[in-house]
Amino acid sequence: MNEHDPSAREETVVMTAETMAEACRRLAREIAGANTDMASVVLLGILRRGRPLADRLARLLAEMTGVAPPVGSLATTLYRDDLRSGVGRLKPGVAETYFEFPINGATVILVDDVIAAGRTIRAALDELMDYGRPRRIQLACLVDRGGRELPIQPDYLGWPVSAGENDRVVVRLAETDGQDMVVIRRSLPEDGEAEEG
Amino acid sequence: MADTAPIAWTRKDLIGIEPLSRPEIELILDTAPQFVAVSARVSGIRKVPLLQGRLVVNWFYEPSTRTRTSFELAAKRLSADTLSISASTSSLVKGESLHDTLANIEAMRSDVIVIRHKYAGSAQILATRHESHIINAGDGRHEHPTQALLDALTMRDKIRERRGDATASLDGVRVAIIGDISHSRVARSNVWCLTKLGARVTLCGPSTLMPPEIGRMGVDVTTDLGEAIADADVIYALRIQLERQQRCLFPSLREYIRMFRIDRESIKVAPEHAFIMHPGPINRDIELSAELADGKRSVILEQVTNGVAVRMAIMHLLVNSGVEN
Repeated sequence: MNEHDPSAREETVVMTAETMAEACRRLAREIAGANTDMASVVLLGILRRGRPLADRLARLLAEMTGVAPPVGSLATTLYRDDLRSGVGRLKPGVAETYFEFPINGATVILVDDVIAAGRTIRAALDELMDYGRPRRIQLACLVDRGGRELPIQPDYLGWPVSAGENDRVVVRLAETDGQDMVVIRRSLPEDGEAEEG
Repeated sequence: MADTAPIAWTRKDLIGIEPLSRPEIELILDTAPQFVAVSARVSGIRKVPLLQGRLVVNWFYEPSTRTRTSFELAAKRLSADTLSISASTSSLVKGESLHDTLANIEAMRSDVIVIRHKYAGSAQILATRHESHIINAGDGRHEHPTQALLDALTMRDKIRERRGDATASLDGVRVAIIGDISHSRVARSNVWCLTKLGARVTLCGPSTLMPPEIGRMGVDVTTDLGEAIADADVIYALRIQLERQQRCLFPSLREYIRMFRIDRESIKVAPEHAFIMHPGPINRDIELSAELADGKRSVILEQVTNGVAVRMAIMHLLVNSGVEN
């Protein structure tokens, strides 16, 4: 994934690899604490970076509880609310929703890297309902960058970040980007692209 | 959506492959797999809400089961409302003009009109005068763009599978198209599509069924089946349009079968890996032996599956790209 030219913008590191690892451990502890019936828990990572995070949480949960929850991927793209208005565009060639386990009656934990407007999670909820009727759905996010446009809040949060409306919060993961790091890119006047979230 | 900047879809209608650029064709092919996944859901609802509350009208003046069903299903899987009009039930039999009929449909707020008509150019004429997004589902001998797109997607899938390379293109892939080229809008759209995608196309059939202008389309032409398929990656058999054979363009069906049928014998000269395609409906044992049509090398049913997804991708791109007339 080609992440623009970093020299063109001012970058502030808000999470290092160490703080990210600690945040993931805490997320896993909170998930394990809140869900006594770990056998009914499944994780769905929202593509693209929610998936490797979900895999990490599943490994941590297996270490802590002895139960390794199954992990799947949720694309959410076909349920985005900006596509039907002609504002957003469907990105071609992206990975698809994939999970092999039934979700009827399961406790589904949605995992995403960044929550912002909350619209991705709204789309994820709609998509999930088309696959079945989970017993409950919870949300785990590594970073909350604020700017909510819908009444949706994470049940488990790794790190709150104060970012301006036009700042970009970028999560980099070893699995997808070669290193673990979360940075804020302060916006320059000519670069107003809003963060997806 | 910051990572890559895919080209934007900027057309109101899909009339043919000829005017499309390679990136536009690839945008459709790259958008389709997400819709293949929707139809492949095992327990989930096989539907997404991208065309919710929109009206898609299927308007077929020529008999068609496969294409009409495929379009209808594509619309339904995008959550659109659908309406079907066929020639025998429409007011056309009472003498109403195409434009008047379409104006009446549009007065009911249609968003997409899928039209099949025997006259070449009919879809284009409607597209310029009406606001609905027009999709050409076959106009005379001119084009059948969605067939070519689903064929290209199927070929690309198979080539990627065989090479174990998820990004392989059709560059250099050899495609032999066999049969009645001159009456075939499928052949014409496929030639446009495949040559734009970098494939090498050989057309093969009786010389009486080979249109004279075909030499200008950047393809090889032969009347020798063995020569056509000797190094083919894809063998594409066209349907002999028995209903259009009133003018006796080849001496007999038996002679056509002897010279051009794809069967266990004739396919021996082709590479082992070459797979078989057909746009349907098949005249079994005329252009293609039943044995091969049902065999392991046939990808005919994959074509049908991909057809729904490609049509979903096209309807989504036309309706949701914010292109107005």
